Amino acid sequence: MAKVPVQFTLNGSEKAEFIDSGTTLLNALRDKIGDTSPKGGCHQGTCGACSVIIDGELRLSCLTLAETCDGAAITTTLGLAEGGVMHPLQRAFLDTFATQCGFCTPGMIMAAKVLLDHTPNPSRDEVIEALSGNICRCTGYEPIIQAVLRAARANSQNAA
Amino acid sequence: MALALHTFATVKDANAALKAAGTRYLGGGTLVIRAANEGDVSVSGLIRSIDPALSAIAIAGGKVSIGASVTMAAIARHPELGILAKAARAVGGPAVRNMATVGGNLFAPAPYGDFAVALLALDAMVGTDDGELPIETFLAGRDGSRAIVTSVSFTPPKADGFRFLKVSRVKPKGVSVLSIAAVLGQAADGTVSSARIALGCMADRPMRAKTAEKALLGRSLTKDGIAPALAAAGEGTSPITDPIATAWYRNEVLPVHLGRLLLS
Ligand SMILES: Cc1cc2nc3c(=O)[nH]c(=O)nc-3n(C[C@H](O)[C@H](O)[C@H](O)COP(=O)(O)OP(=O)(O)OC[C@H]3O[C@@H](n4cnc5c(N)ncnc54)[C@H](O)[C@@H]3O)c2cc1C
Ligand code: FES
Ligand code: FES
Repeated sequence: MAKVPVQFTLNGSEKAEFIDSGTTLLNALRDKIGDTSPKGGCHQGTCGACSVIIDGELRLSCLTLAETCDGAAITTTLGLAEGGVMHPLQRAFLDTFATQCGFCTPGMIMAAKVLLDHTPNPSRDEVIEALSGNICRCTGYEPIIQAVLRAARANSQNAA
Repeated sequence: MALALHTFATVKDANAALKAAGTRYLGGGTLVIRAANEGDVSVSGLIRSIDPALSAIAIAGGKVSIGASVTMAAIARHPELGILAKAARAVGGPAVRNMATVGGNLFAPAPYGDFAVALLALDAMVGTDDGELPIETFLAGRDGSRAIVTSVSFTPPKADGFRFLKVSRVKPKGVSVLSIAAVLGQAADGTVSSARIALGCMADRPMRAKTAEKALLGRSLTKDGIAPALAAAGEGTSPITDPIATAWYRNEVLPVHLGRLLLS
């Protein structure tokens, strides 16, 4: 099958690849580019483990064709830490034991990041709604909700 | 995956490409790519058009027109589409809503198609390059339809004239047990002067509850007034059975939820 060129920025750096037409963004990121932070849980849109941020919006990379991302800005959990310092969300997930097996965590963090980018001080209900497309089989969700609320508080304290 | 994507600037060229065997239109991909990931090899070519008109929302002269590529998230946050926000937010979780399009929802089989239920109650027109069709005619013939849907349009009712309800077991997001949309007109004395009621999950695609609509005319929206409509709600339905609910269960709870919607 003919290869097609695709170019986008991933966590701020330019990527240009030749991929098979019809490749999902999830497979392109994991198998071609080597960013394994988005996880393939179901490949059906139901688990949210593959969530990434495309041009500021939460998307499911398992249901997105890489070619449709030409020119886009993509963020994954791999790109969040800066200079070896974890992002406040990553820190909060560790501190509140919001991650057990960790498989859902990158998707949860992406969903939470989009929420906090638009709504820096969300209510508990807003957090639950923002995470509603992401499934966790380990934690029972409460520690994840607490982590997002704690990261929001940490952010607003930093801003104050 | 032996799947190739072909992108066209115009709907006309994309329609021409869809004439080839093994092709399918790609909207947001939440159903099409999902099917490919599950091993559906019947599709080898995905066709899409990036004509900006497909992503436009126009509100003018008392009419709303929504491009087929507009997403549920874009509708939910549009300041002038408040009446549709609830139905748009009923579709999937945040990431699905950022991808799921209006055009795709018109083709989504039950238990999906919640937004199309709202459009059916609103008596929307479905546009293609060949002209417009009433949504009821469109839904009846959608299995054989190959033409790209370009837009849906409708005349919005008064804000309090439109009601929508989705029933699911998982909160805040879950697949429908059923969904109901209603457009009701009321006379000065409060009795119902016109009614369009659309049901989701009560057949393989959104359907009208026509007997219930007739039974509402001239009645007041009280427990006694709506009783005949509730008794007739299940007429003509043939609900799906899936892991969410059996057909029997859906028929049993339909009058309960229709009652709640009408009295709300
Ligand atoms: C996890 C998950 C949860 C979901 N929850 C819901 C839910 O709660 N409610 C609900 O209603 N749906 C739900 N869906 C189903 C789906 O996301 C929506 O129905 C959505 O609106 C489909 O649109 P799409 O653009 O993604 O369709 P696509 O997958 O792109 O296309 C679906 C079908 O429509 C055809 N098509 C798409 N656009 C056009 C067009 N413009 N012209 C002609 N044909 C076209 C395609 O060829 C294909 O056959 C869910 C899906 C997932 C994965
Ligand atoms: S892998 Fe994409 S939603 Fe599960
Ligand atoms: S930590 Fe294991 S699935 Fe969430």
